[in-house]
Amino acid sequence: MTRYLLRRLAAVAGVLLVICAVTFAVFYVLPSDPAAHACGKTCTPEQVALVRTQMGLDRPVYEQFGGYVAGIFTGRTLGDGPAALECSVPCFGYSYQNALPVWDLLTDRLPVSVSLALGAAVLWLAGGLAVGLVAALRRGTTLDRSLMAATLASASAPVYFTAMMLLLVLVQRLEWLPYPDYRPISEGPAAWAGNLLLPWMTLASLYAAMYARLTRASMIETMAEPYIRTARAKGLYERTVVTKHGLRSALTPIVTIFGMDLGGLLAGAVITEHVFGLPGVGQLTYDAIFKADQPVVLGVTLLAAFFITLANLGVDLVYAVIDPRVRYA
Amino acid sequence: MILRVRDLRVAFPAGTAVDGIGFDLDRGRTLGVVGESGSGKSVSSLAIMGLHREAAVSGSIVFDGEELVGAPASRLRELRGRRMAMVFQDPLSSLHPFYTVGEQIAEAYRLHLRASRRVARERAVEMLAEVGIPEPRRRAGEHPHRFSGGMRQRVMIAMALSCEPDLLIADEPTTALDVTVQAQILELIKRIQQDRGIAVMLITHDLGVVARVADEVLVMYGGRTVEHAPVREIFRAPRHPYTQGLLASAPRLTAGSAEGSPDPAAGGAAGPAAGGRLRAIPGSPPSLLAPPPGCRFHPRCARYAATPEDACVTEAPELREFRGPLEIHEIREIHTGRALRPVGPEGAPAGPVHRTACHLTGTLGGPR
Repeated sequence: MTRYLLRRLAAVAGVLLVICAVTFAVFYVLPSDPAAHACGKTCTPEQVALVRTQMGLDRPVYEQFGGYVAGIFTGRTLGDGPAALECSVPCFGYSYQNALPVWDLLTDRLPVSVSLALGAAVLWLAGGLAVGLVAALRRGTTLDRSLMAATLASASAPVYFTAMMLLLVLVQRLEWLPYPDYRPISEGPAAWAGNLLLPWMTLASLYAAMYARLTRASMIETMAEPYIRTARAKGLYERTVVTKHGLRSALTPIVTIFGMDLGGLLAGAVITEHVFGLPGVGQLTYDAIFKADQPVVLGVTLLAAFFITLANLGVDLVYAVIDPRVRYA
Repeated sequence: MILRVRDLRVAFPAGTAVDGIGFDLDRGRTLGVVGESGSGKSVSSLAIMGLHREAAVSGSIVFDGEELVGAPASRLRELRGRRMAMVFQDPLSSLHPFYTVGEQIAEAYRLHLRASRRVARERAVEMLAEVGIPEPRRRAGEHPHRFSGGMRQRVMIAMALSCEPDLLIADEPTTALDVTVQAQILELIKRIQQDRGIAVMLITHDLGVVARVADEVLVMYGGRTVEHAPVREIFRAPRHPYTQGLLASAPRLTAGSAEGSPDPAAGGAAGPAAGGRLRAIPGSPPSLLAPPPGCRFHPRCARYAATPEDACVTEAPELREFRGPLEIHEIREIHTGRALRPVGPEGAPAGPVHRTACHLTGTLGGPR
């Protein structure tokens, strides 16, 4: 198991390095001039040239990339002379817009996105699994059909539409909830959760619908397995057959998808955050892309890659626990 | 009599899979149920186990004096795994991939005998040893994918027998296994049956399996019984054209028996001579949705083709004791066959008499 873990961690490091290189190539090497973006619209060509030297853009690409990667682990000094910027570990560069370190921007925004993703995940897992399980066990009945029609509608609705509808109904008309205004958890869990409830519901309604359909399909497939018949032939109670023998197997594909979904969301749910004005990583990404703030976009991309690979590692480890066949592979 | 089945019918929304079969099965005896896929043999066994969920089961299944058709699901659940157990065809997919074999064997024992985890675990090890798995204590902690096919089927058998059932239903237990392993598994089933005196219902399409372990044979076609006889008689003097066709299509290593001389007009013989061609039964098994009228076998029947009779198309043949004239050697063989079988309390043969459902058997003055 330890060897398996070490091997997996090495693979994660490799994947991150590759993603880093590709992203770096996309943002720094492709024909757009980072120096012009960094300098601003009023810059003269001489000023742009100066900035270019300062940013090291006149150096060979591999040197730039080496500097970027090294900066993450050792910190670096950007430029020289009086304009030099000391960038401390982990250095992801500075935002063009406000000259703040990318790392600080990310860490400021991260708790918001993590709160959003984790809360929504709890809701959608509970809802999706329950609905999917009921539909699978009542397969072919009116209940099954109505649930599946509802999930289809819910999964098809775009996030901004769901968000707007929830705002309109729950906030405007019924006035059950206040307009969401993000409060960190340090200001009290009630205020934190209360203000995140709408974004959670928005995200969860989309994912729960997909998970319900996935759970249903997976459960129906599993319950047709010969080993389920064996479990019944042993005289086990039906609830033991369904949970211990059926659900446990049916959950494996869901664990996989869940890892990837959660990993992606941890690095920001762009539309949801934007609609509800949540100051998360998604919002940061949105702004950075519009302002062509390349160091921030690069940082956000790496963060997302980091979370997704980490989540996949988590999935693999959970898999090894669930399915003994994986352990020997 | 541990199991008494009468007029068993199993109807699915798509059609009737079993259309009135019946047999008796005693402790210490083995009934072989033979037929092509779709003949209703597995469906019948699942009905006895009460494992049908979307089918209507009617008729009568009396298990140790208790009527099971119409019995509450909770009662059937109590009996399953405890007093009647089942072994399935593919031992890998029939074992749960995520649990150790020890856990899976112990599960039924814990539930039915209210045993503690530790006691049930010991029982699992004991059962693994009994079915001939080396190092049972260590192997009990392993998962099914670490076992070979034959070993997995041994595990299935250990699982089925852990609560000492009175009836074991084995549904094609050797079909998914290597030929060399098949013989071992059959030997194991035979040994356990003799040691424990349980009743065994062995479902197979393989006549070789039947010859090896069964006391009597029920041949099914299109959801009905076409022939029911002691095993020796099935091989020595098959009456039904379908049974004869089955025998003719099965390979044999020994030279053809005395009655093996084929008469093409009579629909095949009791088996080709060694080196002779195997004869497949033409056509395919009947559809559940629209079974042929009358005798369900008549569209494929060589005897019907040779001497067609209206009854074959209009009337379903009754299963009746064969009373046609027998040839001398047949009479002798049947008598010796009976003499070898255990004898019932009144001196009557404990096994069934030879019964066949065919309009043409007997009227031709002989089965061939």
